[in-house]
Amino acid sequence: MALLTVENLKTYFHTDFGLVKAVDGVSYEINEKEIIGIVGESGCGKSVSQLSTLQLITSPPGQIVDGKVIFEGRDLLQFSANGSEMRSIRGGQIAIIFQEPMTSLNPTLSVFQQIGEMLELHLKMDKEMQRKHSIELLKQVGIPDAERRIDDYPHQFSGGMRQRVMIAMALSCNPKILIADEPTTAVDVTTQAQLLALMQNLVNQYNTSLIIVTHNLGVVARYAERIYVMYAGRIVESGTCDDIFNQPKHPYTIGLLKCVPRLDEAEGTKLVPIEGLPPNLINMPSTCAFLPRCPYSIDKCREEVWPPLKRVNGQYVSCYVDTRR
Amino acid sequence: MITYIIKRLIQAVFILLLLTFIVYGVMRFVPGDPLLMYLGATDIQALSPEALDQARQELGLDQGILVQYFKWLGNVFQGDWGKSFHFKADVLLLISQRMPVTIYLGVLAFFFSSTIGISLGIIAAVRRGKWADTVATLAANTAITIPIFWLGIIMILIFGVSLGWLPIAGFTSPFDDFWLSTKKLIMPVICLMIGSMGSNARLTRTSMLEVIRQDYIRTAWSKGLKERVIILKHALKNSLIPVITVMGLQVRFIFGGAVLIEQVFAIPGMGRLLVDATFGKDYMVVQGCVLVIGIIVVLTNLIVDISYGWLDPRVRYD
Ligand SMILES: Nc1ncnc2c1ncn2[C@@H]1O[C@H](COP(=O)(O)OP(=O)(O)OP(=O)(O)O)[C@@H](O)[C@H]1O
Ligand SMILES: [Mg+2]
Repeated sequence: MALLTVENLKTYFHTDFGLVKAVDGVSYEINEKEIIGIVGESGCGKSVSQLSTLQLITSPPGQIVDGKVIFEGRDLLQFSANGSEMRSIRGGQIAIIFQEPMTSLNPTLSVFQQIGEMLELHLKMDKEMQRKHSIELLKQVGIPDAERRIDDYPHQFSGGMRQRVMIAMALSCNPKILIADEPTTAVDVTTQAQLLALMQNLVNQYNTSLIIVTHNLGVVARYAERIYVMYAGRIVESGTCDDIFNQPKHPYTIGLLKCVPRLDEAEGTKLVPIEGLPPNLINMPSTCAFLPRCPYSIDKCREEVWPPLKRVNGQYVSCYVDTRR
Repeated sequence: MITYIIKRLIQAVFILLLLTFIVYGVMRFVPGDPLLMYLGATDIQALSPEALDQARQELGLDQGILVQYFKWLGNVFQGDWGKSFHFKADVLLLISQRMPVTIYLGVLAFFFSSTIGISLGIIAAVRRGKWADTVATLAANTAITIPIFWLGIIMILIFGVSLGWLPIAGFTSPFDDFWLSTKKLIMPVICLMIGSMGSNARLTRTSMLEVIRQDYIRTAWSKGLKERVIILKHALKNSLIPVITVMGLQVRFIFGGAVLIEQVFAIPGMGRLLVDATFGKDYMVVQGCVLVIGIIVVLTNLIVDISYGWLDPRVRYD
């Protein structure tokens, strides 16, 4: 059985403009020691789905209206949002790294205070142990002069270094799953590669499963074993990394791949962005949300509701069209 | 940090010089001759010119105003703050008797306005939109708008006169009779702190609401911390940064308010001394009081600036 199974997760936001179905029936799973990628354009509900599994959605306006999040046999959504069971999972069993390293650390607490409090909370370490362990963690994530930097404040670190601190903090209590929500969007390409390699290294070492959330298919290609492609609050295709790259089936995935630079392609191949804009998640039609941008659409797409995921050669695809032809 | 403090203190000296000089000048140009007060007479015609001249010389009033000011200043540095015409006593002695009363009153008012105000603000923010928020916000807005002079009188009428629960006036040292002293201070302290309490509550609420939707608060939640820890450890320090600025200003309001409240409740503090001295043209006393109040305000500003550094490590002193 999978370590974490998300089933038919639905998270809606009640806004002044109407009901935003940010996550609308998402299912995925991750096994022990596995690395998966969740990929999709900005605003498709990646962050919201991840926050929902830990019940970190602010309510109001957000509300998890349906679904199950089974972790080690228990449905996390049955726990009260800020009750002790949910809290012991957060940080202790499932940790999350957010996309903005500049603002995700508390500016008024030192790095030691911010890592130490987790060690105290989940591992019941005393101050001295916390200190030793925190320094050890900072060294592992490659922060030079860790003994001294441990008492520094976030503003004294660069963006990349802060994200390293975030990684150290997230891994501090040896969680079973690490969710990295676009951990590298805010840093330059070199730092991005370093951070991903670092995370891959550490999760291997700690036997932690890793969920990489990103809008860039290229980022996950090297690391993820399986990929889920999200569009407008739903998973539209999933499969192994190889399958997704070599034989994408959903028109959206095909489009995404056309805008990823590839090494195996002849030089001069044009990167083609997907035309049109992602849909507004308010008042969505019941037909396929990708329809207005889809170059493959057939009459059936306009007549029937959004197709459910169906299995095609080991992949799952939500599309009426056989794009292979 | 040390150089910063020294810099600020040197600045403070100049501010105080300017302040006392202005007050010195103003006191000498308002109508009413200090000589009359000094001699205890009401009619200048009744005094012989010789007597007037002699008095003028005694007081040094025959010299130019600048000379007089610098003489006063020189004496102040030597511990001689001049004499009061009215009390026939040393100004420094008078102030040292009155000052502790006002400081005690002010510190109590400041303490309660900050603790109660900030707590109300936190509760309102955390329970945003719930009844606790409604009650706290209503209380804060009422507290800000209430005229304290009127409040003092109404409280005297209700709790002092009608119900007879509290003494209506006067001051007793807490060392002589703590309970009586406290009873006498309840109403004046409420009057003095109520406005600041209201603005602290409102400001804390706004600032806290802003802080709790920051990314780092979401991070704190994702670590599995309890709400109490998140609010008090992660959010409060950040929320207090703007509140501290206003609290520094409030020290001034509290001293200003003390002038009024000491009149209403007949409390023998510095505020009352200053009012009596101003009407009596007892200018040495006025000068002394202004100097002391100036020093307190300047020092609290310095403390506020230093506490920024403690609240927010990003603040640099240079
Ligand atoms: N607090 C909120 N109130 C209203 N709508 C929200 C809120 N948070 C998220 N949404 C909506 O939910 C949708 C999904 O947001 P989400 O943050 O999950 O996107 P994302 O896929 O993570 O995008 P990005 O790549 O930009 O991080 C968006 O359309 C957004 O407008
Ligand atoms: Mg996101």
